[in-house]
Amino acid sequence: MEPLFYAALLIVAIFCAYRAMVAKRILTATLYLASISACVSAVLYLLGAHEVAVIELSVGAGLVTVLLVYALSVVGEDALDPSSIVSKPLAYIIVAGVAIVLIWLLYPMSGEGSSFVTSKLATILWEQRVLDVWIQIVLIFSGVLGILGLLSETPGTKPGSIQGSSRN
Amino acid sequence: MLTSLNIILIGVVSLLGVGLYGLLITRNLIKLVMVLQLLVKSAILALVLAGNVGGNPGLGQSTAVTVIVVDTIVAVVALALVVQVRRRIGTLDVSQITTLKG
Repeated sequence: MEPLFYAALLIVAIFCAYRAMVAKRILTATLYLASISACVSAVLYLLGAHEVAVIELSVGAGLVTVLLVYALSVVGEDALDPSSIVSKPLAYIIVAGVAIVLIWLLYPMSGEGSSFVTSKLATILWEQRVLDVWIQIVLIFSGVLGILGLLSETPGTKPGSIQGSSRN
Repeated sequence: MLTSLNIILIGVVSLLGVGLYGLLITRNLIKLVMVLQLLVKSAILALVLAGNVGGNPGLGQSTAVTVIVVDTIVAVVALALVVQVRRRIGTLDVSQITTLKG
């Protein structure tokens, strides 16, 4: 029964991903991206990664969606995706080639099994990978500072000073 | 007979493929950030799966958490840069942002 759940969730995720890629309106694509995040979170939960699923759901479907909608509300009218430079048949060929190489590389892994180490995520995070946690904390603070610096209006710059802007 | 592992592997490769396709055909900067998010989601799935298959699920999960945090910061900073590009240059079309050409 479990493979059916995985298959259903991943089919929905792939469908949403394709719809997000071909959608002309970015807001629609944003909603599809949130749906992908929800499906991936469900798969992660079924795989036993409960904490990762919760973080992915709250960050991927929540925070990033809010940020994207905020960015769309700021940039306003040109939130439409223009047609691509690369021709679509060429893109399909490239993607098919990469997918074939990936499956060829990954297929031998599907038969392997190894001894199981039962250690909790919290134990690994706080005892074995403390450096990762500190780097994450520093990254979050630097991200917040970067956002504050980048979104703030600098008084000396005129909008459109490089090439001309449509903003007034 | 497809096992759960095979199904998830196919799902990961498919998500990566759709993300790569989006990377090739997208010209809008905000949508490029979204495509990167999609690619990272498939990578997260692959990391957790690799942890389970390799016999140490905690290691895969902790790496996945790190990737989620880093990816979120990348998205935040990239969106802030996109907003600044829109304010200063006036477009989000990648092909029209030509000020970096030599």
